[in-house]
Amino acid sequence: MGYPPEILLEAVANGLLIGAVYGLVALGLTLVYGVLHIINFAHGALLTLAMYAAFVAHGAFGLDPYAAMIPLAGLFFVLGYLVQRLVIGPASRGDDSNMLLVTLGLSIIIENAMLAIFRSDTMTIRLPYAMSMVELGDVLLSVPRLIGFGVTLLMALLLFVLMTRTDTGRAIRAVAKERTGAALVGIDVAHIYAVTFGIGTACLAIAACLLLPSFYVSPRVGNAFVLVAFTIVVLGGMGSVTGALLGGLFIGVVESLSGLYFGDSLGQIGIFLIFILVLLLRPTGLFGARA
Amino acid sequence: MSSLSLSRRQALLAAPAMLAAPAIAQAQPRAVKLGIIQPVTGALAQDGEYGRLGAELAIADINAGGGIKALGGAPIEMVFGDARSTPDGGVAEVEKMQAEGVLAIVGGFASPICLAASQAASRYDLPYIVDVGVSDQIVSRGLANTFRFGPGFGTVTATALDNLVAINDAAGKPARSAVIVHEDGLFGSGMARLLNAELPKRGFQVLETIAHPTPSRDMSNVALRIRALNPDLIIPSSYYAEFVLLSQTLQQRRIRPKGIYCILNGAASNFRFVREFPEAANLVMDCNHWADPRKPKTAELRRRVEAQNRFWLYNVPLNYSAVMLFADALERAGRADRGALIQALAATGPAFDRHIMPYGPTQFVNGQNQGGKPVNTQVQNGDIKVIFPRDFADAQPIYPVTG
Amino acid sequence: MTIRETLPILGFLVAAVLVSLFVTSNVVLNFLVFTLILAIAAQGWNLLGGYGGQYSFGHAAFFGMGAYVSAILQQRFGVNAYPAVAFGIAAAALLGYAIGAMVFRAGLRGSYFALVTLAFAEVLRILANATEITGGAAGLLISLNLGAGNLQFANRSSFLILAAVLLAIAMLITLALEKSRTGAQLVAVRENEAAAAALGVDILAVKLRAISLSAALTGAAGALYAQYFLYIDSNIAFGTWISVEALLAPIIGGAGTVFGPLIGALILQGLSEGTKMLIGRIPGIDLIIFGVLLILVVRFPLHRIPGLIAARWRGKGAP
Repeated sequence: MGYPPEILLEAVANGLLIGAVYGLVALGLTLVYGVLHIINFAHGALLTLAMYAAFVAHGAFGLDPYAAMIPLAGLFFVLGYLVQRLVIGPASRGDDSNMLLVTLGLSIIIENAMLAIFRSDTMTIRLPYAMSMVELGDVLLSVPRLIGFGVTLLMALLLFVLMTRTDTGRAIRAVAKERTGAALVGIDVAHIYAVTFGIGTACLAIAACLLLPSFYVSPRVGNAFVLVAFTIVVLGGMGSVTGALLGGLFIGVVESLSGLYFGDSLGQIGIFLIFILVLLLRPTGLFGARA
Repeated sequence: MSSLSLSRRQALLAAPAMLAAPAIAQAQPRAVKLGIIQPVTGALAQDGEYGRLGAELAIADINAGGGIKALGGAPIEMVFGDARSTPDGGVAEVEKMQAEGVLAIVGGFASPICLAASQAASRYDLPYIVDVGVSDQIVSRGLANTFRFGPGFGTVTATALDNLVAINDAAGKPARSAVIVHEDGLFGSGMARLLNAELPKRGFQVLETIAHPTPSRDMSNVALRIRALNPDLIIPSSYYAEFVLLSQTLQQRRIRPKGIYCILNGAASNFRFVREFPEAANLVMDCNHWADPRKPKTAELRRRVEAQNRFWLYNVPLNYSAVMLFADALERAGRADRGALIQALAATGPAFDRHIMPYGPTQFVNGQNQGGKPVNTQVQNGDIKVIFPRDFADAQPIYPVTG
Repeated sequence: MTIRETLPILGFLVAAVLVSLFVTSNVVLNFLVFTLILAIAAQGWNLLGGYGGQYSFGHAAFFGMGAYVSAILQQRFGVNAYPAVAFGIAAAALLGYAIGAMVFRAGLRGSYFALVTLAFAEVLRILANATEITGGAAGLLISLNLGAGNLQFANRSSFLILAAVLLAIAMLITLALEKSRTGAQLVAVRENEAAAAALGVDILAVKLRAISLSAALTGAAGALYAQYFLYIDSNIAFGTWISVEALLAPIIGGAGTVFGPLIGALILQGLSEGTKMLIGRIPGIDLIIFGVLLILVVRFPLHRIPGLIAARWRGKGAP
């Protein structure tokens, strides 16, 4: 079935816009993986938590999600820092498989705490501009998604600068590359771990604020993004900020186009097949370092 | 261990049970235990919660009305089990309920859970009344213990098709083309298959069939294709969140077909959706389980549900009616015996009127109530009205949608 | 492998038979059957993950393959349950080999390996949901046909014995592997792949053997699940739930040990059912407690103490 070029163009544009959000979700995950070398099972639940936070900020304090981005990012940075420092770190004592279990336990706790507090209903917020569209020729683009795209690019740039130009960033990269060596030169590894986790969680808070205007919140809402985030992290190369962003955009477009040609249901296969192919042909991902 | 769990479960409905005790100086009639299985945690938590609510309301009403008269006013005691949204979870609860000596089980919600749980219950000749689960396989396994008061998948889709044609004909056949959007699970896929086979025979052209997963992260491309195809009708069959996304996306892109005709849609017959998205919801039609608007009990139940800050969904009246069915059969059976109860259930006839579903005369064949049917609803003026069939309608269809 | 070394496994089997003969509570029997099914799946994962150090996040692929092939052969082709299950196991093993051949040859390791297996499981899940032969989204119902000849039993105790026998076989296989050359090579690969290669170990062959065996065991669990519950669909067969169960149990119980998967499965399921008793009006509280307990069990692995004592005792007497 052939599609006229306007359709393809808009599908690609849609893919880029949603892909940017995927990339932002993947950013936090890739940092946590790149530095702590754990696959964070709690990532989806933390995104859920962040979305509820944004929801409450709007409902209880009248804060527009975009306005809530900065305070929530700060709040979630602290939350992530404390969770790593006080729960994950001590409970797993450095063992990778223990970290898997602990983050899994955390995800169960968070999801069910949300269920207990907010009940199972799927909830949304109404914003006056949420329905706005921008017309570029024949292509219609959603305003919240465009904002999301812009903010994601900004975040990626900020993180890139953080990682390459600041002392903290250098310390993070040192710990990621060679933990023992970093400790030997005086870097507080536990602190860096916690900072990294905090940054990852802060990214989720921002992603949540960007998503909420055009999405919904429920106790399992974050789960929908986890698999795709993992895919992007591996695709883009674990630990690579550029990789997460570009990987996100790439996956967004792949998902969009394969949805167009195979139906959204079967089209999900496109994501995983691409994923498998990239790994078989280029195991370290598009921008990654060694495995 | 089991006495501990007994005391916790008894705590659930101590109040209504005491209310039901007759104020006569005689031995207190022993409570009849009814097992209620719902998935209140996990992916299906939303439906499970409302299913439980419907069952609780029914049990409260029965007990408030004097309990089971044929058993000397015995109150019903709910033994609740969380299916944890998995079939093995449901089976584990069946075993626990069997150990506690329940007389019957109502619930399950999802077809896989209902299939596994009713199968497990059949080992003990334990009557199992399915609340929602529409898979036709549920009532075609030859299990004497399994009953379903509501319609199955085949009936729902056939009725939806017939009603669509009728509504379209009555309006002068304004629609000729359709795009089907469906969740890729049991009823969505099956419904799409049936419609693809039948719609062309009834004068419609299916321009495209779009399947989507649950959960879906984005509906932009679905909307894109719909806009490009410009169908007269959109036929969506999705769960709540996905239809919210779809309808919002359609509204954003100002896609206004002549009609949106949902089938078993999770949002279109859901008051939360109507409240939160009045513009997107307006004039959306659905063919779904729904309560009978003519029965006074329906409005009363709805008030009680909304007083608890919950929303009115089909799970509540369906479960309410299923529990009423149990009570009615128990009255006719005359004794707290499973075999007698199964026979009474199978023999239930049109005289059973304590339910609030807009069904035809009750008659069970192979455990399936032949009277069970979906009805057509439409969102009008912020309210969900029944528009078809005429016997139950409390409003006229507004179709086609112009402007 | 000496008789003495197999004694614990035989002990387990005897215990299971005794339980099936004397325990009448179907609640307990059902719990045990389900837990043993999970333990078998976990035993499979343990071969590749615990001993081999290759953590798979997609063992659902093998579980589902075993379940679906067995169910399809019985329902659509009228094949008897016993050969059907055998074919299911073989199909799972074949799938394991195929995935291993693609993935190990590309040199995928660690988290990359974990996530690519997850991707394979997802692809299978999506396909199973969309194709006719698997029943598509409606799933596959195995017709009720009670009788030992059809591998369907009227009572739970018979299923318990069946599950226990299968688990015992899986444990014996694990023990045999532990004592064999392949096992030693597998552990060498886990500890230091480069060194093992330098010592002349055929890395690819060892990994392929491990993944095929691992897949076969987990496939057996899948086929058993289908016989017990008589209904599967794409989410049950290939869903992430079973991938997670299969990896959680050995990690908690002790990866790379024969009894680890069983112990872990008992702990996890026990905690899960135990916290269910605490269910109240507000859903979710019981699972919060489960999550907390899970973290505590990781932090304070008291259940490892017996294993450590046993290992120390064995170490003292070893030649």
